[in-house]
Amino acid sequence: MYLNQFLLLSAVLFAIGVYGVLARRNGVLVLMSIELILNAVNINLVAFAAFRESIPGEVFALFVIAVAAAEVGVGLAMILLLYRNRRNIDLTEIDLMKG
Amino acid sequence: MNVYAEMTGLDPLTSGEVVVAQNIAFGLIAIIMIFSALRMVTTRNVVHAALYLVIVLAGAAAIFILLGAEFVGVTQVLVYIGAIVVLFLFGIMLTRGAFGGINLEEKAEQRKMSILVAGLLAVVTGGALINTFSDAEIARSSPSTTATVGDSIFSQFIIPFEAVSVLLLAALIGAIVVARKD
Repeated sequence: MYLNQFLLLSAVLFAIGVYGVLARRNGVLVLMSIELILNAVNINLVAFAAFRESIPGEVFALFVIAVAAAEVGVGLAMILLLYRNRRNIDLTEIDLMKG
Repeated sequence: MNVYAEMTGLDPLTSGEVVVAQNIAFGLIAIIMIFSALRMVTTRNVVHAALYLVIVLAGAAAIFILLGAEFVGVTQVLVYIGAIVVLFLFGIMLTRGAFGGINLEEKAEQRKMSILVAGLLAVVTGGALINTFSDAEIARSSPSTTATVGDSIFSQFIIPFEAVSVLLLAALIGAIVVARKD
């Protein structure tokens, strides 16, 4: 197995995630796309850990998973609050602080 | 044990047949993952998007196991597919994304720019990766065991580990405070 096949898969998933974050207007879907991006990063970390036959890459992937779980909890709480206050989760309409 | 590897005295994990099988498995998983990810970011139905996300996450777990990182793969299934996706489904239901008709079409102009940005990103990173790692091969002789990962977490990475625990607690309290009704 080449290292590059994993890195390229991860790059493609990352780009798809970026498209999701930029194009979609539903807040929950944007959070899901962020999860996709974090997963692409994890594949990179684990691929390099296997390439260098070292453990720290895998440990960092575990940390990323933990931080992603925390991020989803807070993010969904914020979207829930947004929905409760405005009956809408369209991210393009959240422009209160727009200059 | 692989018969061919035994006959030729090769390491069974690096002999030709296993590598071919690994590459076929990788190709299948990669195609399924990319297709599901594309469907996830383009589908109209948010619940379907969450279910496509499950397929992508399961594919990532399979990739981890293919790379010999069994503990990361199992954690991926437990935390992502077991917990985070359920959280997403709750979020979708509570915001009526599935049933009450919050069905947001993206604007054509926004979509065009997003495709441009994501495409450029993929081309630039892909080009850089092909340039840099064109002949780097993964020659792992044995999978990393859970015991070595645990040893590493509780010796070398004990301070980051404690920091992550505090971060999780802070996120937990923060989520409750933000979402509480009053």
